[in-house]
Amino acid sequence: MDHIAVQTDDFDFAAEYAALRAAAPAIGAIATFSGLMRDFNSNCETHSSDHVTPADQISHLFLEHYPGMTEKVLQQLVQDARQRWQLQEVRLVHRIGSFLPGDQIVFVGVSSAHRKDAFAACQFLMDILKTQAPFWKKEVTDQGERWVDARDSDSRAAQHWYSAKP
Amino acid sequence: MITVLYFARLRDTLDCSKETLEYTTSLQTVANVIDLLQARGEPWLSAFKDPQLLIAINQEIANRDSHLQQGDELAFFPPVTGG
Repeated sequence: MDHIAVQTDDFDFAAEYAALRAAAPAIGAIATFSGLMRDFNSNCETHSSDHVTPADQISHLFLEHYPGMTEKVLQQLVQDARQRWQLQEVRLVHRIGSFLPGDQIVFVGVSSAHRKDAFAACQFLMDILKTQAPFWKKEVTDQGERWVDARDSDSRAAQHWYSAKP
Repeated sequence: MITVLYFARLRDTLDCSKETLEYTTSLQTVANVIDLLQARGEPWLSAFKDPQLLIAINQEIANRDSHLQQGDELAFFPPVTGG
């Protein structure tokens, strides 16, 4: 069974883990990832080496999405993961709204008979989510607000899955 | 009618999140819509020159050559930054 949610409310890691474990003892592995809000500038790679600027402190973050399309993309993503690996439960929760440093943003959890499938599917889901699911982050610093730029390293991480065999 | 949605930085730049356009035979493709929007002048003109701009029709990724139909939901947005 898949659980896919886009929500303002925080998620409870322990409850998510318990839901993944529900299929035990038919499963032998659970892999989880949770993404948190950082308090430092994430765009360091765009700065040239001779112009190193100190990381900006980010006081909070706004996250918006394209209602309807997001859910469709995430459903498709989970289906793609199931085609590639033998998975039992898949749980994917992405929050939207306002965040403070340290807040939980995203949860991906996968259960499987074996760890290899669980690890790979968990990473695949995050890598593709970051480049295909229509979410956008806006950071607020003491310099003002700015939309976060997409990162080349995220694109490369996603492309890797389509050039490599599962 | 075609519903047009704008998200994130693009919405802020255009100061518009949603509008409807009359569907006519001159709006057959996304490129036709972009021409119409750019004819409004700035900030529309520059905003739609961005080669990274993403397009969706009825919540599926599309491109400038994609065809439109009466009642379609067309969306424009910058590269995504979730997770």
